[in-house]
Amino acid sequence: MNKHTVSLFFILAALWLLNSGIYTPLLLSLGVVSVLFVLWLSARMGIIDDESQPIHLSRNLPAYYFWLAKKIVQSNIDVVILIWRGNKAISPCIASLPIGQQSEIGKVIYANSITLTPGTVAMNIENNTVLIHSLTVQSMQELQQNDMARAVDRLEM
Amino acid sequence: MELAIQLISGVCFLLGAFLILSGGVGILRFPDFFTRMHAAGITETLATSLILAGLMMLAGWGLVMFKLALIFLFIMLTSPTASHALAKAALHGKLKPITYDQPAK
Repeated sequence: MNKHTVSLFFILAALWLLNSGIYTPLLLSLGVVSVLFVLWLSARMGIIDDESQPIHLSRNLPAYYFWLAKKIVQSNIDVVILIWRGNKAISPCIASLPIGQQSEIGKVIYANSITLTPGTVAMNIENNTVLIHSLTVQSMQELQQNDMARAVDRLEM
Repeated sequence: MELAIQLISGVCFLLGAFLILSGGVGILRFPDFFTRMHAAGITETLATSLILAGLMMLAGWGLVMFKLALIFLFIMLTSPTASHALAKAALHGKLKPITYDQPAK
């Protein structure tokens, strides 16, 4: 029993309890059976590791979510303004940026954060570069200043 | 207090609806597939967040609120993955993005 199994057990149990809302002995025991079944399946598939249960990130996660939420709101406002100004306002462009993150999960978090903020989409990841499509030259330049990469670094610290 | 919560959730719904409308306008207006994806990004991030936040306020503390939070979490985790898959598929399908220095012919 490692810490990843324990963490998955508690997450699955919480999911069952909060989604069912009916706490009779029959349903609770069915819950225990399903949680254990899913645990057994996941162990057999070999997917219980620090990639599916990144508990080493949870300490810095709230700060990162807060930072990302702020970023998402900002870029949403930018893109809404661009939409209402029309096609003259946009300057779509493509660029390849290097990824500083060493771990795979760091790369995934970085690329998905780029995609989650409207105005920039990660199109392809190859080795240590990410190909990005951006709605304006400005938002590409903003990304090239590596604020987001530094935020992911802080998350992985 | 009840009234204040209803008012705030109403504001959330209105803002969310406006953002979804903007996303729709963007999808119609923008010139090519890749730029339209950015417009769809509005609908799937802030617009959904605001509408779900409004619904959570109306639901109050309880299981329903938790389920709405779960929906929010799943959307936030899956939508960038789906966008990335779409963009990658378009790229592999040899769809050339329009860029500002190479406008569409």
